Amino acid sequence: RLSLFRVTRKRLFGTSHSSVDSKEMKKFQLLAHKWWDEEGEYSALHSMNDIRVPFIRDTLLNMSSSYHLGNPLSGVKILDVGCGGGLLSEPLGRLGASVTGIDPLEDNIRTADQHKSFDPVLAKRIQYKSSSLEEIVEESMETFDVIVASEVVEHVADLEMFIKCCSQVLKTEGSLFITTINKTQLSYILGIVVAEKILGIVPEGTHEWEKFVPPEELERLLESNGFSVKTVNGMLYNPLSGSWSWMESTSVNYAVHAVKSGAWGQPSPTGTLSEMDSQEPSATAGTTL
Amino acid sequence: TSAVMAVVWGRRLLAPLGGRLRVGPRAPLRSVAAAAAAPLYDVVVSGGGMVGSAMAAVLGHDIHFHDKKIALLEAGPRKEYDHLPESYSNRVSSISPGSATLLSSFGAWDHVCSLRLKPFRRMQVWDACSEAMIVFEKDDLDDMGYIVENDVIMSALTKQLDEVADRVEVFYRSRAVGYTWPLPSHSCDTSPWVQIELADGRRLQTKLLIGADGHNSIVRKEAEIKNIEHRYDQSAVVATLHLSEATDNNVAWQRFLPSGPIALLPLSDTASSLVWSTSHEHASELLAMDEESFVDSINSAFWSNVNHSDFIDTAGAMFRSVISLLQPSGTAVRQLPPSIAKVDPESRAMFPLGMGHATEYVQHRVALIGDAAHRVHPLAGQGVNLGFGDTACLAHHLSAAAFNGSDLGSLKHLLKFETERQRHNVSLMAAIDVLKRLYSTRLAPLVLLRTWGLQATNALPPVKVRI
Repeated sequence: RLSLFRVTRKRLFGTSHSSVDSKEMKKFQLLAHKWWDEEGEYSALHSMNDIRVPFIRDTLLNMSSSYHLGNPLSGVKILDVGCGGGLLSEPLGRLGASVTGIDPLEDNIRTADQHKSFDPVLAKRIQYKSSSLEEIVEESMETFDVIVASEVVEHVADLEMFIKCCSQVLKTEGSLFITTINKTQLSYILGIVVAEKILGIVPEGTHEWEKFVPPEELERLLESNGFSVKTVNGMLYNPLSGSWSWMESTSVNYAVHAVKSGAWGQPSPTGTLSEMDSQEPSATAGTTL
Repeated sequence: TSAVMAVVWGRRLLAPLGGRLRVGPRAPLRSVAAAAAAPLYDVVVSGGGMVGSAMAAVLGHDIHFHDKKIALLEAGPRKEYDHLPESYSNRVSSISPGSATLLSSFGAWDHVCSLRLKPFRRMQVWDACSEAMIVFEKDDLDDMGYIVENDVIMSALTKQLDEVADRVEVFYRSRAVGYTWPLPSHSCDTSPWVQIELADGRRLQTKLLIGADGHNSIVRKEAEIKNIEHRYDQSAVVATLHLSEATDNNVAWQRFLPSGPIALLPLSDTASSLVWSTSHEHASELLAMDEESFVDSINSAFWSNVNHSDFIDTAGAMFRSVISLLQPSGTAVRQLPPSIAKVDPESRAMFPLGMGHATEYVQHRVALIGDAAHRVHPLAGQGVNLGFGDTACLAHHLSAAAFNGSDLGSLKHLLKFETERQRHNVSLMAAIDVLKRLYSTRLAPLVLLRTWGLQATNALPPVKVRI
């Protein structure tokens, strides 16, 4: 009953203060069934796993003192924000992590649930929920060891609020991994003109250049919201080979690893929460009921 | 615009995966509920021969497969190798140093060494129609390879499989009679796994099926992978022979007769294994004749010069003197192989020879290794080494895929395995086939060609090293 109420409220308040952008949701609705076709519209995301999974895995292994190479992420609780059809949740689950995947689009969650259902190991390790990040904040305070937000922040309505929510559901010293697209001339040419209009690597209309996020801005928002940025790496997609690689320059795609700092020397978590309460009554009202 | 469309279509053509995902079901799909009841494995290897068993053992010992479930299906019964018979088996293989490395990576080579094997340091290959000869040996006089009985290898592999029994389940007396392939990935309501039906009605599901079931591979046939095959009009005769006198016996001998190559592979200081590829009729004769005549035939095959012609001998001698001017170290003295005194009574056997190559080694959730993917003539002693090479390569890619959390049956890494192995195998197989045909004639021009070719190859270190 409550969830239905919340969804209706979102439709009425077009300029909702959540980080979910309803226009963006419509774009992905049409492709909800195409997630798992490795050669289809999402092929570039499938091949992105070849660099983003090792990036996440190795960063976490380097920070950990004990692990087993046969089950490297065992015991790690990961939140996959904007999980879509579960393309990133599944490999993380196979590596041993307990993954919670959230996505505002129910059709995406349905696809993800169905796809994992055939593998008993994954079915147990991954839980999917149709939800925005704000909606799970209250029940998931400081719950997760890791948050991954891959190819998501270029679609959110309010990036700063998104980051604040991440901070709330993340344990102290927890890791946040973001991959996204820079806002440069090059990213316009390659990321939109070539990728969408010419080569059709990405479905047309997926991205809006205005919403791309420069790494400097992302870093600024992260540092001012209790995170310490550890790594920023440029990524490059080769359309001929269909594969991704790391590169020095962050002018098109890039990945960020940030760690939630401890309580001392950073804005206190309680301070952040009260700011949010006063700004967005409609988003939190549903959750407190 | 048309230019844009051309680029888009060009891209589609570049994508090779499209055709391989659409392998429809060969048998009616059972209901999802029934399919769900069958146990699900991460990898099933079909075929428990040397290559299939090695594949299962390598994965079972891989750290990234620690939590995975592997099954090995073998149609035959479990063989006990508690004690080795005194006499040598007539089925032996020439194991390259690379294969030995693979076997030692999961502890099997130690077992082989503790059972029995014969290292050899030199290989002399020469023509029956001329004096041309090529000698292979390593500069540091290291072992070039090892002659090992197939039973010894199987014993070592079985032991290492037992060691990882918690991860690798071996199904003996289990023949797969049917495979059901998954529909392309984006149709979500049927099982995405390969369904396997065994002869006794049991069913398994797997995320990746590895076909190691020999040159008549059922996996390959059911997957409708086209196979280029050719039956040579030759059979191989094998036997265990006893030498006239004990010798160091660390040389492998092979002489190309017009009817086919005859090879003597050392087993011990007093015994050697015979592999004689010849016409079907001659092979049957060899099996039928009494032991004394058989031994005479072998000695004569190695020692007789009846196929020489003056012309070829002169031409060969001329070429050799040219070479000795240019490359003094490039000519060697031809040695004579040891003479044979006896043959082990029950050890004579024959089997037909052929060549085969699968046009694809992989499909969605399927990979072929060993003879299922490629079958060669024994003249180069490469058959099982190619198979072990496939095993090492596929295991490497699967290990990386497992550590990346990838779906093991995904074509992405399977294609990398295919490209790597086809690149390696095709050129070697073509060379072996060409050699077989080149040496099957007495025609002077071809004999001259191969004489000079062999002599030149013997003189050129870079070419020899590559071989």
